[in-house]
Amino acid sequence: MVNQVASFHLNITTGSGTPIYRQIVEQVRLAVATGDLLPGQAMPSVRSESDRLLVNVNTVVKAYAELVRDGVLESHHGKGFFVAEKRQVYSKAERMRRLQLAVESFVHEAVFLDFNPDQIRKAVNEKLAALDLEPQPAGEKS
Amino acid sequence: MIRPIGLEDGPSTGDLPVVIQARGLTRYFGSRCAVDSLSFDVPRGSVFAFIGRNGAGKTTTIRMILGLLEPTRGSSTILGYDSAALPAKARARIGYMAEGHPVYAWMRVGQYAGFQRGFYEKWNQPIFESVIDYFAVSPRTKAGHLSHGQRAGLHLAMTLAIEPELLMLDDPATGLDPSARRSLLEAMIHFTRNRERTIFFSTHLLDDVERVADHVAVLDYSVLRVCCSADTFRERVRRLVARFPGEPPRKLPAIPGLLRATRTENELSLVVANLNSRTERDLQSIGALDVDEQPISLEDALIAHVGRQGDKSFFLNPA
Repeated sequence: MVNQVASFHLNITTGSGTPIYRQIVEQVRLAVATGDLLPGQAMPSVRSESDRLLVNVNTVVKAYAELVRDGVLESHHGKGFFVAEKRQVYSKAERMRRLQLAVESFVHEAVFLDFNPDQIRKAVNEKLAALDLEPQPAGEKS
Repeated sequence: MIRPIGLEDGPSTGDLPVVIQARGLTRYFGSRCAVDSLSFDVPRGSVFAFIGRNGAGKTTTIRMILGLLEPTRGSSTILGYDSAALPAKARARIGYMAEGHPVYAWMRVGQYAGFQRGFYEKWNQPIFESVIDYFAVSPRTKAGHLSHGQRAGLHLAMTLAIEPELLMLDDPATGLDPSARRSLLEAMIHFTRNRERTIFFSTHLLDDVERVADHVAVLDYSVLRVCCSADTFRERVRRLVARFPGEPPRKLPAIPGLLRATRTENELSLVVANLNSRTERDLQSIGALDVDEQPISLEDALIAHVGRQGDKSFFLNPA
């Protein structure tokens, strides 16, 4: 759990075809998708965003409520809003298919660059070690 | 930042869901009709934008609601009291900022506090001081030497220091420089932190409306054209663009809810209230190749409601 307040900043414009609450929803979604916001990070409070963006409190409330409904944020009662853990949206078969695609393009590129299998394995292992991933959940082990 | 206001507020009398109610409110000046049969409700806790061009009748309406001007016909209530017989106790719960922020030029800003507090039961001097400070006004300055934005700040300070539960702001932002306008919006947002408080403000600055208002009413040529929540308004007003092989036809079929039609060489752009599936078929029947819905800004949607042509009253459901 990362427990700091997100450093990411919302920006809204008036006079556009997109209502302000929708601009907030879209920017938070994008930030979560691109990793600018990480699971567990605290969102700025409704009041502070309303003050900073200079918009009605209810506009921020509405945006956060929609993000909670869609599973992007979680509301921890009394503590505020947090970025939700990413939920897996793909089936197991679809995940496998996507992994195969990624492996294929990576291996082809590495072979094209004249690396031998041991060098490629070593590079992958180093990268995985650097990411410091949590152990796989039960049932996912190969 | 302005201090938190009213944490020590006493119990407010009455928790009516509606703080202002107008029924058939009408005012003539001689033979000229300034306000024509206005009926609307302002819910408690809302930020209610009263929108209209200069001369649409906004100030006249506000003055009638406050009991400062007698209606020719109709009536209104404010905080549950008949506007015509508003007791002083109720008046003390209303912060009214008059249009143009008039001041006595000879009076010093600090003296204004002593002047104003004589009329009100409640007076919160720290609020007065923090608001004028926020607008960069010194208490020693003579009011006649203040800029327009600073005069607005002085009025706002006097209005907020009485710790009102209802703010009636008559065109508060017009003529303010960007920084004073920002301070005003900040103060408005701050004021509504307490959900029991209500702001009714008239304006023609639609950026401000988009930022702070949750209810909108549009007054045009003395008649109320729109009155509903800002969300409802945005959902119901849509823009359609129809493409034609050549010049769009001059004559359009009767399109229900049509607010505004503009044409280019081969396109017809329509702003429509309460769009339904028939509209698209109607456009195809007059030869449109395709019909696209395009996003419309709040400003465009509101502007489509003012002007002489067309049937324009669609969203008159109170609240």
